[in-house]
Amino acid sequence: MDWMKIVAALALIMFIVYLFPRARHMMENSPKGSSADWMGFVVPILVIVLFVMLLVQLV
Amino acid sequence: MDQNYSTIGRSSRTKQAIEINKVLRNTYMLLAMTLLFSGLTASISMMMNMPPMTYLISVIGGMVIAMFVLPRFAHSTAGIGIVFLITGLLGFGLGPILSMYASVPNGSNIIMLSLGGTGVIFMGLSAYVLATRKDFSFLGGFLMVGFLLVLVAAVANIFLAIPAMSLMISAVVIMLMSGFILHDTSRIIHGGETNYILATIGLYMTIFNIFISLLQILGIMGGDD
Repeated sequence: MDWMKIVAALALIMFIVYLFPRARHMMENSPKGSSADWMGFVVPILVIVLFVMLLVQLV
Repeated sequence: MDQNYSTIGRSSRTKQAIEINKVLRNTYMLLAMTLLFSGLTASISMMMNMPPMTYLISVIGGMVIAMFVLPRFAHSTAGIGIVFLITGLLGFGLGPILSMYASVPNGSNIIMLSLGGTGVIFMGLSAYVLATRKDFSFLGGFLMVGFLLVLVAAVANIFLAIPAMSLMISAVVIMLMSGFILHDTSRIIHGGETNYILATIGLYMTIFNIFISLLQILGIMGGDD
C-alpha cells in the first residue's frame, strides 16, 4: 500500500533527523582507534559474516 | 601516607568494579525478561492474526516512546515499565511478520534459524568483549554514521524496492548491530554506561534488528520471500 510506504519513509526520515546531531557529536568526540583496535573489531565481524553464510547454507 | 592513598585508591576501584558488575547483571536480567515478554506479545499478535500494518505502527510507536518518553523516566523505576511497553510493542509488531514466514514452506525453519543465529551472535560478541575487556568506544562515530547511511538507503529502497539492495541493507545492518553490541557492552564494562535501563534498550534494539535482518536474508536466500 502506498500510504504505508510514505508513512515508513517519513518515520525513517524523522529517525535520521533525530540521530544526526548525536552522530555528529559522536564523530567529533569518539577517541581514535589504533590499527590493533580496528583489528579487534574486524575479526569478530568477519566471523559473524561467515556465520551468516553458514546459516544461509542451512536454509 | 602513600599506603593510605593506595588503600583509598584500591577501595575506590573495588567500589567501581562492584557498581559495573551490578549494571551488567541488571542489564542482562532486564534484557532476558524483555525478550521473553516480546516473545509473549509476538505470540499474542500471531494468535490474534494481526494485519501486516501492525508491524509499522508498532515500530513507529516503539521508536517514538524510546526517543521521547524513555529518557525522561530512565532514572526512575517507571523506566522499567516504559522498557516493557516498548519491547512488548515491538514484539507485538513482529507477530504478522512471523505469521507470514510461518505460512510459507520452510518458514518455521527460517524463523528458528534466525532466532538461534541472533542468540549465537549476541552471546558470542558479548562473551568476546567480556573476555578480552577491549575498549570499543572508538567505534561510536563510525557506527552512528554507518547507521545513518543505512537509514538513507532504506528510505530510498522503500520506493525502489530492489531485492538485492534489501539483501545488502540487511547484511550491513547485521554488521553494524554487531558493532553496536561490542560498543555498548564495552561501554558498560568500562563504566561509560551506568544506567541499566538505557543499556537494556540499546542492546534490545541491536538484537531486534539482527533478528529482523536475519529473517530477511534467510527468507530471500531460502527462496521463500
